[in-house]
Amino acid sequence: MTDKENIFDVAVIGAGVIGCAVARELSRRRARILVLERESDVGEGTSKANSAIIHGGFDAKPGTLKAKYNVIGNAMMDRVSEELDVPFSRIGALVVSRSAEGDETVRELLARGEKNGVGGLRVLSGDEARALEPGLTDDVTSALYCPSSGIVCPFELTLGFAENAAKNGVVFKLNSEVTAIRREGEGFAVTASGAEYFARAVVNCAGVFSAKIREMIAERDYTITPRRGEYLLLDKNAGGTVSHTVFGTPSKQGKGVLVTPTVHGNLMVGPTAEAVDDPEDTATTGSGISKLKDMSAHNVKNIPYKLVITSFAGLRATGDTGDFIIREDEKVKNFFEAAAIESPGLSSAPAIGAAVAETVSDALSLEENENFDPVRRGVPRLSRMSDEERAEYIKKNPDYGQIICRCEGVSEGEILDAIRRPLGATTLDGVKRRVRAGMGRCQSGFCSPRVIAILSRELGISYGEVKKNG
Amino acid sequence: MAEKVSLAIIGGGPAGMAAAVGAYEAGVRDMVILERDTELGGILNQCIHNGFGLHTFKEELTGPEYAGRYIDRVKELGIRYETGTMVLSISEDKKITAVSRARGLCMIEADAVVLAMGCRERPRGALNIPGTRPQGIYTAGAAQKLVNCDGFVPGKKVVILGSGDIGLIMARRMTLEGAEVKLVAELMPYSGGLKRNIVQCLDDYGIPLLLSHTVVNIKGKRRLEGVTVAEVDGNGVPVPGTEEYVECDTLLLSCGLIPENELSLTAGVKLNPVTNGPFVDDRLETNVTGVFACGNVLHVHDLVDFVSEEAERAGASAARYLSGSAEKSAGGAIEIVPGAGVRYTVPSTVDPVRCDDLIHLRFRVRDVYKSCEIVVSADGKTILSKKKRITVPSEMEDVILKKKDLVGVTGPVTVSIAGV
Repeated sequence: MTDKENIFDVAVIGAGVIGCAVARELSRRRARILVLERESDVGEGTSKANSAIIHGGFDAKPGTLKAKYNVIGNAMMDRVSEELDVPFSRIGALVVSRSAEGDETVRELLARGEKNGVGGLRVLSGDEARALEPGLTDDVTSALYCPSSGIVCPFELTLGFAENAAKNGVVFKLNSEVTAIRREGEGFAVTASGAEYFARAVVNCAGVFSAKIREMIAERDYTITPRRGEYLLLDKNAGGTVSHTVFGTPSKQGKGVLVTPTVHGNLMVGPTAEAVDDPEDTATTGSGISKLKDMSAHNVKNIPYKLVITSFAGLRATGDTGDFIIREDEKVKNFFEAAAIESPGLSSAPAIGAAVAETVSDALSLEENENFDPVRRGVPRLSRMSDEERAEYIKKNPDYGQIICRCEGVSEGEILDAIRRPLGATTLDGVKRRVRAGMGRCQSGFCSPRVIAILSRELGISYGEVKKNG
Repeated sequence: MAEKVSLAIIGGGPAGMAAAVGAYEAGVRDMVILERDTELGGILNQCIHNGFGLHTFKEELTGPEYAGRYIDRVKELGIRYETGTMVLSISEDKKITAVSRARGLCMIEADAVVLAMGCRERPRGALNIPGTRPQGIYTAGAAQKLVNCDGFVPGKKVVILGSGDIGLIMARRMTLEGAEVKLVAELMPYSGGLKRNIVQCLDDYGIPLLLSHTVVNIKGKRRLEGVTVAEVDGNGVPVPGTEEYVECDTLLLSCGLIPENELSLTAGVKLNPVTNGPFVDDRLETNVTGVFACGNVLHVHDLVDFVSEEAERAGASAARYLSGSAEKSAGGAIEIVPGAGVRYTVPSTVDPVRCDDLIHLRFRVRDVYKSCEIVVSADGKTILSKKKRITVPSEMEDVILKKKDLVGVTGPVTVSIAGV
């Protein structure tokens, strides 16, 4: 069944933020590009459950890929968020210390950040830090201030890359789990959920499953340990608790627990860091939740934990090399990898996408696509519009006047847009990530029956077939 | 272009409709009910069980029938209502911004407002239950809508957390729809719902109610596979070693209702942290002059009959305010405070000069008290006392004060349970 439809120049495995960024950057070239994703939607793994921070880049060891791509990725975010219509805000970050040892770490981070090329870093005294961020506790003795750090909507960033890639001709095959890769002439035959695809090059962006994918075609030379991070999300009424991203000083366990406003105005606390065996184990734990509450209270005062609206957990794809693995395989020609992309992976995604695309396109001698359109527009968000603009929209399409999700003020028109657009939502969570219906303080108690009804109608499926996710 | 109206009622459920009727009967004609759903009736439309109306209509009705009586009355009186209309904000000077399919974005300037938005269910996230986040977890009310309005039964093996009335009602409903309801777990040592619902919805079907129990873990990746239930100690902390895994594909949550006061806050209305509803005086008027509150947005009720009664008073109060005959007395209001054993009172102030001859005082107790006495006192003197065989937190209590008893009282008036 080698029909033309299944022949590609490049097959990207995994539609997380990295796979989608690679695909989007590749679509700047004239090539047939395929993205294979085991889930029913893009961004269903690590990309949907993380800190949603665009880090400054002071944390990674100088000379590592993490440092390099974080700093480049951060600098790219203004343009990327503009082109892809992704909520992004440089609110700045503070790494706070409460001890002499921590003060030392703060100074080390400053030196490291400067070596990495991060601009604008400053060490503040405890009082200076509190003047900038009144939410800090009196225990804070010093802080590193990083003005270039920002917050982003990770769902929209992934969707932005994916939808823009699709607009520029990239083919997405969802519900397509890769089970085998073999050499076929100069290229590869990739089996995914029963179908076979041929590609001149394969890019492994499979997140926590990347080592498993690698072993289908190349020798094992790294391992991935899923490292679980639990988070608490608080009501928008708690969003003003801090106005910067506040980190504790980092340790081997990660960057420490952070407290941050989200780009949508909620407050988020997290993550924990715990190695788990199961690459799908995103369960939260009682101990994790209490740990977050304890640790965050050291740095930020008066976090209103009564206003928690949900908790969740994500898995970081932690490699055993200590750094991102971004390369063409030495032995298997045209097999590329962007693996072990843990933090600062989201921040690095735009840069990793561009770098991998360039390597692949050089290897395949791809030509420029003059028709590439870098612009993606998200679903119009009526609750963010002026009254006049909103009135205009409803006049043109009355569906925008019917509110379905009362907490986030999401109209039926927006939900229909989320379902009907290319790579549209097919599940409740898919709708939630695209337009925030069900993301608010009642956590879909009110709107879920209504969204189920809309999905059922639009997709021509029964209520029982409407899934939460997957 | 802002429309002007004397009275705007936010919400067309039982409270909103009764407020409208109350206002009409007290002389208001220029009013509008703004309802976000496609029809009037609110949550009653999905409550197809019976047991409504015993106080109001002296007969037993289903939820839709009870709502129907008020819908008929609203139509009969020619009271204007707009469905599919979501109010986005209310300013302190009562300018309402709303959105609807038919009218788009519209502005309504009201002279008086009755808040009747009802309440919402506490979601899983707010309960901090650890575990996975699979399909199959619903608030009891969402499940009720799916089953009763949409004809979709969301699961076959059910565990219910929380013994609020909707959870109890749904235990029976799911059983009647062919599902197996394995148990109802309640964190507290007493039920959160009415006694009659425990008898009629659990006991009659042999469904166990585990008091002082909670769900401590949720298992299942795509679909719920089971939950772990454990006993809790006196502080609500799970007791190690008591965990028991229960296989189920559906978990319903009936863990409390929260008055939905987001709009009240935009209008500058002050909320009581105990009820999460506005502080009101004996006229059910909030701290914002001309803004009244009633029904579950004010405090969560057990019986719709009491919602209707309260809401009709709110409507009548709004009418008096609009007619200009609601001057507050110069001496100010007397505070009403919850004393020993009492969580809150509604109202929380009373104006001893302008108040009605009889003042309806509603409250909830903190714990289960047997053979007790409710005492209302002020200035060291008992104004009223009432003996009770039993009082429980899940059943709202009430006393009626007489205006003449407040003469000379400087306050505050305390409502308490004797001996607590």
